[in-house]
Amino acid sequence: MKRKMSIAKRHNLTGWTFIVPAALLIVAMSFVPMVQAMILSFQSGKGTALSFVGLSNYVRMFKDGVFIQSIKNTFFYLILQVPIMLVTALILASVLNKKDLKFKGFFRTAIFLPCATSLVSYAIIFRSLFAVDGFVNTVLIKLGILNTGYNFLGNPTSAKVIIIIALLWRWTGYNMVFYLSGLQNIEYSVYEAAMIDGATAFQRFWSITIPLLKPMILLTAIMSTNGTLQLFDESMNLTSGGPANATITMSHYIYNVSFKYVPNFGYAAAMSFLILVLVALLALVQMKVGDKRD
Amino acid sequence: MTKLRNSFQYIFLIIASAVSVFPLFWMLIAATNKSADVLRGTLVPGGYLMENLKTLMAAQPVVSSMLNSFKYAVVLTIISLVICSLAGYGFEIYHDKGKDFVMSIILLAMMVPFAATMIPLFRMFSNASLLNTTLGFILPSISTPFLIMMFRQSARSFPHDIIEAARIDGLNEIGIFFKMFIPTMRSTYAAAMVITFMNAWNNYLWPKVIMSDDSSMTMPMLIANLTAGYTTDYGSLMLGVLLCTIPTIIVFFVLQKSFAEGITGSVK
Repeated sequence: MKRKMSIAKRHNLTGWTFIVPAALLIVAMSFVPMVQAMILSFQSGKGTALSFVGLSNYVRMFKDGVFIQSIKNTFFYLILQVPIMLVTALILASVLNKKDLKFKGFFRTAIFLPCATSLVSYAIIFRSLFAVDGFVNTVLIKLGILNTGYNFLGNPTSAKVIIIIALLWRWTGYNMVFYLSGLQNIEYSVYEAAMIDGATAFQRFWSITIPLLKPMILLTAIMSTNGTLQLFDESMNLTSGGPANATITMSHYIYNVSFKYVPNFGYAAAMSFLILVLVALLALVQMKVGDKRD
Repeated sequence: MTKLRNSFQYIFLIIASAVSVFPLFWMLIAATNKSADVLRGTLVPGGYLMENLKTLMAAQPVVSSMLNSFKYAVVLTIISLVICSLAGYGFEIYHDKGKDFVMSIILLAMMVPFAATMIPLFRMFSNASLLNTTLGFILPSISTPFLIMMFRQSARSFPHDIIEAARIDGLNEIGIFFKMFIPTMRSTYAAAMVITFMNAWNNYLWPKVIMSDDSSMTMPMLIANLTAGYTTDYGSLMLGVLLCTIPTIIVFFVLQKSFAEGITGSVK
């Protein structure tokens, strides 16, 4: 009789039925498309008329000036923005974690507020603030610093800097929340003991906060790296990738190749596969570095 | 010395808060002013809100996009929370070697960037005629490793005694999940709700790929369209941005407290 099945076995089966819907969806929506992208990356053609071309998409990738530019841009954002953001978030979190601080809730809410803004919204807000006739230029002209509006988004360097400023604005508070929740697990008495022993604020930060927050720092570093490598909304809506592709990101270029120009899914898939490899590699490096400091 | 450092801290926090709030404050001001006044750099609320609303509604299908965004985000949030919490609960409560292995495979999916799956997904969905549908919007984001992990972590703190007691009382396994687990884990659900709703509402790339009809457009797509012209009407543009921002800010403020608790509980 099936009814006689042992309780343990029945529970085991129940467990699997709970898991199956989520697991199947992840297989169908992440792993299957990933494999398809790999297969697609060896094909070429316009639209749906595809034929196998071996590695030629990958060869083309490294001769494609715009794609190389998009890799350079993405890494420029990554190298500058992620460290500045994580350090600022750490400092903000450790200041906000002080026991005797007043208006703690107000500061926390204010600094977290940007994270409640949609990516497209903030990209458009920053685009408007820094437009030639935008608020920042108006103020600079009124203060007599500039005579006419400066085209922040029309100059390759300043446009990149504006994207970084916007990213810092949007994500610093988000990472701060993770650090704050990590700090709550550290007993405050540890700090008090260190203070009695005469440790300076910097020493306490360096020898207590950083080591104890290491798992959280690793998590946020991986999340931000992953996010930065996939940047799209900002490049699309803040600068439209311009001027002359000076700010275009990898995802933005892949989108253009797939949906804006004559669609070349094979070539786009090859580029997207490179992002996958980069994400995996960087996460691996970060985990290795994170382990070593033990 | 301490006093000096203390006031330095407050100055630092005040500057950080001001920088964080200013762009949103400016958006609010701009939404109530005439474009010409916005360009003049005004920082006081104006009386032009209704005019901006008229301009905005004439230019874009605001009402239907707002409703679409709500529909997609609410449906996705409900289904996603049920499916992911069920899985997280299953992984923790009935855990064994096989399930732990499946969990580690699922975590690998976190590494798969959306750019890498977007094109095959688009082709798959266009063959299945899921373009311009709610199902098409939600399917790729229902099951996420992050949420499953979060619920698995919170199920760890769910007392086994409760489960045993409920079993003795004759409640079946699915009943225990719905009647005991969900009510106890309110703060985790609140945090998951904030995260899922915001991600769904803010999602831009995927709807841009599959929603080609104006009638299935979302709010982020709508405001992105507003910037396409040569001259920008800042008043109505910022009103659009405001409308796109209000729902996520409301969700965040309503659930802020449980959100912080849920995050703390899930990443311990």
